[in-house]
Amino acid sequence: MNQGSSKSSTAPSQTATLSAVSLKALNKNFGDITAVSNLDLEIPQGEFFSMLGPSGSGKTTVLRIIAGFETATSGQVFLEGSDVTELAPFDRDVNTVFQDYALFPHMSIQLNVEYGLRARKIPKAERAKLASQAIESVKLTHLADRLPHQLSGGQRQRIALARALVLRPKVLLLDEPLGALDKQLREEMQVELKRIQREAGITFIFVTHDQEEAMRMSDRIAVFNHGKIEQIGTPREVYESPASSFVASFLGVSNLISGAAAKELFGSDQLVNVRPERIKLLKESSKVSEGEIGVKATITDVAYTGANTLYVLESDGGLRILATRLNEELPGQELGLEAGDRVLASFRKEHVAKIPN
Amino acid sequence: MLRFSRTSRWSLMAIVAVVLIFMYAPLSVLILNAFNERQISAWPIPEWSFKWWAVAFESEPIRAALLNSAIVALGAMTIAMLLGSLVAFALSKYEFFGKGTVNLLVVLPIALPGVVTGVAFSNTYSNFLTPAGFQIGYFGMIVAHATFCIVMVFNNVFARLKRMNPSLQEASMDLGEGLWGTFRLVTFPQFRTAFAAGALLAFALSFDEVVVTIFTAPPGVDTLPLWILKEMARPNQASVVNVVATVVIVLSLIPVYVSQRLSRTENEK
Repeated sequence: MNQGSSKSSTAPSQTATLSAVSLKALNKNFGDITAVSNLDLEIPQGEFFSMLGPSGSGKTTVLRIIAGFETATSGQVFLEGSDVTELAPFDRDVNTVFQDYALFPHMSIQLNVEYGLRARKIPKAERAKLASQAIESVKLTHLADRLPHQLSGGQRQRIALARALVLRPKVLLLDEPLGALDKQLREEMQVELKRIQREAGITFIFVTHDQEEAMRMSDRIAVFNHGKIEQIGTPREVYESPASSFVASFLGVSNLISGAAAKELFGSDQLVNVRPERIKLLKESSKVSEGEIGVKATITDVAYTGANTLYVLESDGGLRILATRLNEELPGQELGLEAGDRVLASFRKEHVAKIPN
Repeated sequence: MLRFSRTSRWSLMAIVAVVLIFMYAPLSVLILNAFNERQISAWPIPEWSFKWWAVAFESEPIRAALLNSAIVALGAMTIAMLLGSLVAFALSKYEFFGKGTVNLLVVLPIALPGVVTGVAFSNTYSNFLTPAGFQIGYFGMIVAHATFCIVMVFNNVFARLKRMNPSLQEASMDLGEGLWGTFRLVTFPQFRTAFAAGALLAFALSFDEVVVTIFTAPPGVDTLPLWILKEMARPNQASVVNVVATVVIVLSLIPVYVSQRLSRTENEK
């Protein structure tokens, strides 16, 4: 998909004044259920933006409101500065890649990709050419005459992408598009999606519940919970400085410490988080070095997970601590720690992330 | 899969055979007698002939009855296609107060005894509409047929729409196609076989209907089944009746067969 016009390949920074999508005070209720609660959001042009959260957190509803499939109970939706709140889906310059791909089962792959061009009254010869190029760009030219049910899941996914991107939308909405693919294919598609997004310069809004997927691809991530955004930031920001205990535990594995235990260790009873991979396990008799915090603990469980080993510790103060160590050596040649062993769990002070609320 | 012993398999097959013979032997006798040279049905058939087919073909009343049957069936089918699919759309896509009741009321006419439907329509026409100045006549018969034909289209289309992936219509609109274009290019192709299958069943149902027709046919108007019923009262017309009955059987079976094929090819996809 490298037919990017000069306009859409403009660097985001030059057009940063005009957001690709902006949501103002958005609310959506389904009966008594509040799906989206007073949401404000600005997504700059050319960004790969992910909406991450558990199911029912409102992320898909927000996507569907941007697409126009749902109408907001209150609030406004802007696309490149113009108010589209009242516009029907077919009057909005955004396109969607559906979770189940939604390819038209009675049309060939070629006709599926031509569909949007046809709706835009593009002459027959021209739309056939554009569609063929789009199919070629996802390397499926040999399947153009097939019907969707004759394609594999991964192929359908790429056609769904081609069908949306051939229209050169301002914004592409992706609703858990990789959810139905197996792990290997999913990782291939993650790389592919990221490449397409960079080359086309189109704003991608990507809905997922898979934190690893969101971290791998996104420029920024919005973490959703109960219809609200708990935090927006780069993958590094949301992982290293989570704004809430929900964010800390939803992204990766966390050791949330609060109250008396925190007071004793850090001198403040504020909630903090230490990531398991930052915790080193030393001999119990070791000295804590400068700038580090040490906790004496007993190993209660050891789980080998391939690349890592997970240690579950219980501190003398009754704190449950998770620690992961990279398996740089063959099993049995590394730390050699077992359940029941006494250790000193130590971590650097700058690895302690304070959680505001 | 359930496995049967050899004995139980044979006895089950025998039961099936007996049931099928009971169902179809009378029909076969009737069809064979349509080629009987004599005026009265008999078994075994003494002499074969196409004589009565020629008589039936020439007969003015039979031609008129056939035309009436076709007009009524096509009319009832058209009404059923329109209303049946509209109701199916409403009930499959929207939530509203009284939805369950509407569903029941649409399906009910197929379960009502024909004689009840017939009397109800006949009374309504003669006691309300005629005094009020509406001469509903021929059209009244079509409307009465449509009440139970709607169910055929409704059931088929409703089942298909229920199974249809709602994101297809969203995808169409997302790609820039408007409401009418989305219906024409995406929604309708998704249910058109169910629509056609339902319509054919409606046609077949109306074509051989007799009870409601007795009550609602205007004076002097006969459909094929009505003509048969009247001729049966006369003793010497048996063979022509057999010919007409054979035509009714064939014209009812073809739509049912085509309808089943349509539903099957769609389900195999």
